[in-house]
Amino acid sequence: MRVKVLGLILAGGRGEALWPLTKVRASAAIPIFGKYRAIDFTLSNMVNSGIYKVGVLTQYNPRSLMDHLGSGKEWDLDRKHGGLFILQPYVSSQGEFWYRGTADAIYQNMTLLRRGEEDFVLIGSGDHIYKIDFTDLYQYHFKKGADVTLIVKKLDESYDLTKYGIVSVNENMRILEIEEKPEKPKGDLAFLGIYFINKYLLMDLLYASVPQKGYDLLLDVILPNLDRLKVYAYVFDGYWRNVKKGIDEYYRINMDILKQEVRRELFYEKGKVFTKLKDLSPPKLTGTATVSNSLISDGCIIAGSVRNSVIFRNVRIKAGAIVENSVIMQGSVIEEGAVVKNAILDKEVVVREGREVIGEKEILVLEKRSVV
Amino acid sequence: MRKVTAMILAGGQGTRLGVLTEKIAKPAVPFGGKYRLIDFTLSNCVNSGIYKIGVLTQYKPHVLTKHIGIGKPWDLDRKDGGVTILPPYVGNEESEWYKGTANAVYQNLEFIEENGADYVLILSGDHVYAMDYNDLLDFHILKGADGTIACMEVPLEEASRFGIMVTDLDGRIVEFQEKPEKPRSNLASLGIYIFNYDFLKKILEEDERNEKSSHDFGKDIIPRIVKETLGKLYAFKFEGYWKDVGTIKSYWESNLELTSPLPPLNLHDPNWKFFTHTEEMPPSYVSPTAEVMNSIISEGCEVYGKVENSVLFQGVIVEEGSHIVNSIVMTRTFIGRNSSLENAVVAENVIIGKNVRIGVGEDRKNKYDPKVYSGLITVIGMDSVIPDDVTIGKNCVIGVDVDPNDFESRTLESGGYIFHRR
Repeated sequence: MRVKVLGLILAGGRGEALWPLTKVRASAAIPIFGKYRAIDFTLSNMVNSGIYKVGVLTQYNPRSLMDHLGSGKEWDLDRKHGGLFILQPYVSSQGEFWYRGTADAIYQNMTLLRRGEEDFVLIGSGDHIYKIDFTDLYQYHFKKGADVTLIVKKLDESYDLTKYGIVSVNENMRILEIEEKPEKPKGDLAFLGIYFINKYLLMDLLYASVPQKGYDLLLDVILPNLDRLKVYAYVFDGYWRNVKKGIDEYYRINMDILKQEVRRELFYEKGKVFTKLKDLSPPKLTGTATVSNSLISDGCIIAGSVRNSVIFRNVRIKAGAIVENSVIMQGSVIEEGAVVKNAILDKEVVVREGREVIGEKEILVLEKRSVV
Repeated sequence: MRKVTAMILAGGQGTRLGVLTEKIAKPAVPFGGKYRLIDFTLSNCVNSGIYKIGVLTQYKPHVLTKHIGIGKPWDLDRKDGGVTILPPYVGNEESEWYKGTANAVYQNLEFIEENGADYVLILSGDHVYAMDYNDLLDFHILKGADGTIACMEVPLEEASRFGIMVTDLDGRIVEFQEKPEKPRSNLASLGIYIFNYDFLKKILEEDERNEKSSHDFGKDIIPRIVKETLGKLYAFKFEGYWKDVGTIKSYWESNLELTSPLPPLNLHDPNWKFFTHTEEMPPSYVSPTAEVMNSIISEGCEVYGKVENSVLFQGVIVEEGSHIVNSIVMTRTFIGRNSSLENAVVAENVIIGKNVRIGVGEDRKNKYDPKVYSGLITVIGMDSVIPDDVTIGKNCVIGVDVDPNDFESRTLESGGYIFHRR
C-alpha cells in the first residue's frame, strides 16, 4: 500500500543556543559534516521514504536556507506534482502575523493541507541529525490504530534530559504524559519533535486550537488531548541529535562523524543524504600535509597538519599550519604556521600567518568572515 | 549576439586506452578524481556562453548518454538550445553509421541549420583543457576567415605526431602536413575548429560526394581546403594547457600531474569551473592509521592505508596496511588490507583482495599488446575481482569482469595478461 504523506519541516527556529553561528542563519541551515546543512537529513529522510510534497516552514533569517533549498532539485523535489514549498509568514487581508508558534505556522498554511490529496502529515524539524525510514513509522501507526504517533528515543547520559520533553507511556506504548523540559526528569524517554498524524484530524485540531490562541503544536494541541486521542510513541533507536541544543552539542555531533559506525549509519544506511551541489574539484593533500582522523571536503587544498577535525568545502590549510579538534567551515583559510585547536570557525574565516586560535575550557567560536 | 553551435565528436573508441574503453566510449573515461573527459569540453562551452551543443555519439554510448542526461550539471537543461545527443540514425536516404568525423557532422547539418547557427565549433569530447572559445571566435572574425583551427606550439621533435600547420605572417594556413616526417613548423592542430556555417556546409557536401574521402576533418577536410585553396583557413595560437589523453601513459601522467602543488591545469579556478555529474557522496575520511601525500582523495573515500602521488576517485576504500603509489584508482574500487599498488591504473568497481601486490618485478614487454600496455604501468579493467595473495607485475593488463576463477596461479609475471573467459 502506498501511504500518501505530506511532509512539513519546522525550520523557523532562531537557535539562540547556537549563537553566534545562528547570527547569520536559521538553525536548520547550519552547516554540518563538511558539506551538508542540518535540514538535509530530515529532507532526505522524507524523500527516501517516498514523500514528494514537502513544506518547509521558515521565519528566522531564511536567506541561507532558501538559497540552499533552491527549487528542491537536489532532493528530486523540482516536480510538477508535489515538490518543495517554502512557507514563509506573509501579509494577508486577515492581518500581518509572524508565526506565533508551531501550530500557528501550520494553521496559517492550511491551504497546503486542504488542497493536497495526501491523507497523512509527517511533521519533522530541520534541526535533527538522524537517518530513518519513515515507512516503518506508518506501519506502526496503522497497527496501533493510533490517532497520532510521536517518535521518541531512550536518551543516554550524553544528553541533557532537562532540555527535552520527557514522555511517560503505558505498557502498550500509549502516551500518558509529556513533561516539557522538566527540572527533575522522571524517565529517559524523550519526544523527538516528530509527529505523524491524519491530515483531517490535524486540520480539525488546529481549527479548534489556534483561533483560541493555542499556538504551540505540542503544548496547546497534542497535550490537552492526550485523554481523548490515541497518541502512541514509536521508539527510534538509531543515532539522533538536535543541533539546536547548543554549541557543545553542535561540536559534539561534528566530532561524532569521525566514528566509523556513525558515518556508516548517517551516510550509507536508509538512503543517501542529498545536499546542494557546489561543483568544486576533489580535495588535494600536498606533500607537506599530514591528515589524521578527519573529514575533508571538495575544493580543499591541505598542506598543513589536520587532526580530529571536520574540514568543509573550499578550505585552505597552508603548509606548517596546525588544525586540531576543530570544525572549519567553507572557504576559511588557515595561513602558514597558524594554530587552530578546539575551535569552530564559521564560513570564510581567515587565521593569519602564525596566529593562534585555541579554545581552552570551552570551544572557541569565530564568527563568519572574521579575520584573526 | 553571435550564433554559435558546438558539435562535440564523442563517438571514438580510443583504442590506445585498451581495457579502459572496453565498456565505455573514450569521452566517458573518468579523469581527475570526479570528472569524465567530456566534462572539460562541455564546461568550456558553457563557460564560453555557448548553450547550443550537439554531442555525436556512436561507440558504446550508454555511460556517456547517462552522464550527460539532459545536461543539468552544465545548466544545459534549457528551453532554447541545450545539449542534444546525436546518435547515428536510419533515415530516408543515406543516413547510416558515422563513417568519419566529417560525415558525422554532415549527417547532422539539419540540426545545425535548425539552431540558426552562423558559426559551427567542431570539438573533441576527449581532450583535457581550459579554453575560452570567444578568443578563438574573435580571432576568426577579425581575420575574416572561413575556418580557424586552434593550434599549439609543440617541441619540433614531437611535431611528427601531430597535424602540422605552416602559416604565413598573418597566420593564414598555407600548408598542412599530417604527421610529417620532416615538419616545416611546430604548430600542431588541436582538433578544435570553427567554421562559418555556409562554408562548412558547402565543403561537407562536396566531401560527401567524394568517394575517395574517408570523411575525416583531420585527414580529408582540412588538407583539401588548404591544397585546393577552397577558403581562408587561419591558425589560432592557443597558449594554455591542452592534452589529448590518447594513451595509457599520457592518461596516467596527466592525472598524476594534478596532484602536484601547482598543476598546469587548475581545477580550483573559481572563474573557470569544470562541471560534472556525480553521485551524491559524503566528504572523504582520512583515518588515524592513514598517511596521505601529494594525492587527490575524492568524496566518499575512506582511507586507512598509505597513499602517495595518487588520484583516488569517489568512494574508493583503502584498507589498513595498504600502500598506493603513483596510481589512479577509479570510482568505488575497494583495496583490501596489506595490498600494494605501484604505477597502476585501476578502473571502476574493482575489488582488490588482501595481500595483493601490483606493479612489482622487472620491466618486460606486454605480451598481449605492447603498443597499448607499456611505460611500466599495469592496468585493471572495470568490475574485476583480484583475489587475495596475488602478485601482478609491471606492464600487465587485467581485463574487464575478470573473476577469481580466471586466475590460474597466484603470480602474473611482468608483461602478462588475464581476460575473463566467458
